[in-house]
Amino acid sequence: MMGTPQSGATVRPRKIRWLFSTDHHVIGLQYLALACVAVTVGVGLSLFMRLHLIAPDFVVPGHGPILPEDYLALVTLHGTLMLFFVLTTAPQSGFGNLILPAQIGSRRMAFPGLNAAGFWTTALALVVLLGSTFVQGGAAISGWTAYPPLSAIAAAGPGQGLGMDLWLGSIALFAVGTGIASVNTLTTVIRFRCEGMTWERLPLTVWAWFTAALLSLIAFSVLLAALVLLFLDRHAATGFFVPQGDVLSSVVRAAAVHGNGSPLLWLHLFWFFGHPEVYIAILPGMGLTSMLLANFSRRRVYAYQMMIATTLLIGGLGILVWGHHMFVAGLNPFVGTAFSISTMAIALPSAAKVLSWLATTWRSRPHFATPMLFSLGFVSFFVVGGLSGPILAQPILDQYLHNTFFVVAHFHLIMAMAGVFGLFAGVYYYFPLIAGRYLSEGLGRVHFWGTLGGAYATFLPMHMTGLAGEPRHYAQLTGIPNAAARLLAQTLPLQRHISYAAFFLAASQLPFVWNVIRSARWGDLAQPNPWNATTLEWHPALAPFAEEGSSSDEQIVAYCSPCAYDPGAGWAGFTPQWQEIPASNVKRE
Amino acid sequence: MAMVRMPWGLPRDASAHGVALDQHLILNLWIAFSLAVLAHMILLIGILLRRPAAEASERRRLLIEYLPLAALTLLFGFLAMRAERLWEETRYTGASPAALQVEATGMQFAWYFRYPGVDGTFGRTSAERVDPGAANPVGVDPADPHGADDMVSSELVLPEGREVDLRLIAQDVIHGFAVPEMRLKQNAVPGQTIHVHFTPTDAGTYAILCTQLCGLGHYRMQANLRVLTEAGYQDWLRKRQR
Ligand code: HEM
Ligand SMILES: [Cu+2]
Ligand SMILES: [Cu+2]
Repeated sequence: MMGTPQSGATVRPRKIRWLFSTDHHVIGLQYLALACVAVTVGVGLSLFMRLHLIAPDFVVPGHGPILPEDYLALVTLHGTLMLFFVLTTAPQSGFGNLILPAQIGSRRMAFPGLNAAGFWTTALALVVLLGSTFVQGGAAISGWTAYPPLSAIAAAGPGQGLGMDLWLGSIALFAVGTGIASVNTLTTVIRFRCEGMTWERLPLTVWAWFTAALLSLIAFSVLLAALVLLFLDRHAATGFFVPQGDVLSSVVRAAAVHGNGSPLLWLHLFWFFGHPEVYIAILPGMGLTSMLLANFSRRRVYAYQMMIATTLLIGGLGILVWGHHMFVAGLNPFVGTAFSISTMAIALPSAAKVLSWLATTWRSRPHFATPMLFSLGFVSFFVVGGLSGPILAQPILDQYLHNTFFVVAHFHLIMAMAGVFGLFAGVYYYFPLIAGRYLSEGLGRVHFWGTLGGAYATFLPMHMTGLAGEPRHYAQLTGIPNAAARLLAQTLPLQRHISYAAFFLAASQLPFVWNVIRSARWGDLAQPNPWNATTLEWHPALAPFAEEGSSSDEQIVAYCSPCAYDPGAGWAGFTPQWQEIPASNVKRE
Repeated sequence: MAMVRMPWGLPRDASAHGVALDQHLILNLWIAFSLAVLAHMILLIGILLRRPAAEASERRRLLIEYLPLAALTLLFGFLAMRAERLWEETRYTGASPAALQVEATGMQFAWYFRYPGVDGTFGRTSAERVDPGAANPVGVDPADPHGADDMVSSELVLPEGREVDLRLIAQDVIHGFAVPEMRLKQNAVPGQTIHVHFTPTDAGTYAILCTQLCGLGHYRMQANLRVLTEAGYQDWLRKRQR
């Protein structure tokens, strides 16, 4: 029934009065465009880092050699861009705006004007961040975690002056923008579900967006407060984070002006935000993966109710584990034990999700379309990156591994790569819905295999250089001939391999870029529900960019749970949520 | 312990507590590796084979959901407990009173090590007196008689086989005191004095790194740890104190 193309319903509009639109589809695309800018810059910066690590004397045309402060600015910008402007905006606000309302049978978000304001606040945050590279004293160099007193005292070195102020300003704007977006998401899910869309019938993606929005609201409020306190320490001589008698360059910087604060307060506030932040980044990908694995395997999501529960559980536990970033920070060692337990606990709902994915695909011989490939890649990275989590959760092991490249490997696999694979799966899956055309499957395959191989080749060996002792944030690995240089010199062959692999990984994105450009104009025209999906965003009356007038006032009703497939009937056997179920079949629900 | 070091590129261990730590780390790595392989095998078999359609039974549910979860709970619980024992041994209590007292101070971008001298007591320090130019990088107060015999060094020299009680201090920003070959890491936090203790077992020269981003010189904030025989250490101490 759904296989027949419907003329006109999905043809793209060509309107340029988009810029200040309050249409949530447009805002969703704007967020995605912003994330594209951020990811392009962010990847470029990481390549300069990798280049510098294997060729410290390389002269960047138009800039000169990369100085230590340049390297740290690169790390800081790279991390900030990727974590905030890519992994927080694209899955949550980008796809959230594009897809979420339709998935709950709504034609709008709760607060369209606020929604647009949220986007423009975020865009301004990006402009401020990028602008901070050009100010006197340079961009902030304190890493994305901005630990004080380094970040609290301008005299602490380059990158702690105006650049740091701008960094704080940018992140504060970002926090405001994200707060707005979260309120919008929460209200939309609570108030705008269509008739029949009960909580148990919500697609897992909606549950993920909902949980991530809850977390965002809590976490970003705390971050915003922390940013304000740090700003006051910098400019109003308060002493939240700077202890008395802080000596910088042999000068006491914090006797009279600052009170008697503690940098540890920042660590608590920051990581109370920082850990939930990584779940905010990954939850939408987890939700999407669950739905796509089911769709392409033509199976129900295994243990659907439990998947809802684990999503909420991960969110709930997620705000109780921040101390695992602080095992060696100078807290009472008993605290380490407590956070070790809460962190081990969160591994279990995560493992439950993996089990559901494995059970859903088990001997299903799925349809290997590109979105499915990326979902499978997501599972792979989630498993490989996730399994080092319990290792790092053991304080005794973390006292060896903390701030080494082992950690960099861990978070790049689970957060960066799994997160990005979730995004790619979303782009390939929703492209027909948004653009009315298919992306090329061939190019998609090249992109998938290149990225999968490149990512493993880049990030797996980082575990080993980390075990060998390579610390993070080192602008150079060897320099002064001493014991440290001898220790780190061992890793150099592997370092070279990692850098080449990183270049390969970046190059593997070219087929994707070409695919999007090419397919948007010349791709094959898509059918209305090309993946035979069950969720409401594929409802013919909800097509996002339907031509003016064609979007009917038809009432949207959800008659059943998502993921109702009939495995026996192959690719065509499914019951979309908007299809009335014959009375004789109701008991199947 | 050659078996322990070989496959993962861990540097040699030269500390008393490191042996157990390494074994536990290697165990963890093997478990993680095996679970990753297992999950990928299930995933690959699952997507390459088709099953004759059959609905999930309650027993099957038990088998693929609760059983593995229970097993993982036990496994992670076991690992956490083992790790906890080691953590507790090294961190819950301080060094023995007989341990060698040394103070390590981190500042942008150097480590300084202070020995209490023959009186066994550190002299008072104050922030105002910090002056590396005048050979007083940690700000020892000349008015305090305990400080008169304090000795400050830019390398950490320790006797082998004797426990060290290290007091960690930072003057300016947070630094990370790390000695990979001693399997030791602890931040030095301004405004706080943090104690860690360990026992070097093998003579040799080891790397001291800074592992907490502390400014542009972070990557070169390094020092040497020289572990000497007891006699060699006494010799070094005598020469330095003269
Ligand atoms: C081509 C792919 C990538 C490469 C080669 C790469 C490489 C690096 C390198 C070399 C560092 C510095 C590590 C250090 O010295 O501490 C780093 C840090 C980081 N990366 Fe990536 N990265 C890539 C992609 C990503 C992605 C996609 C994300 C997230 C979406 C990400 C998030 C981060 C974060 C949060 C940091 C920490 C920054 C900080 O400590 O301030 N990276 N990356
Ligand atoms: Cu340092
Ligand atoms: Cu440092």
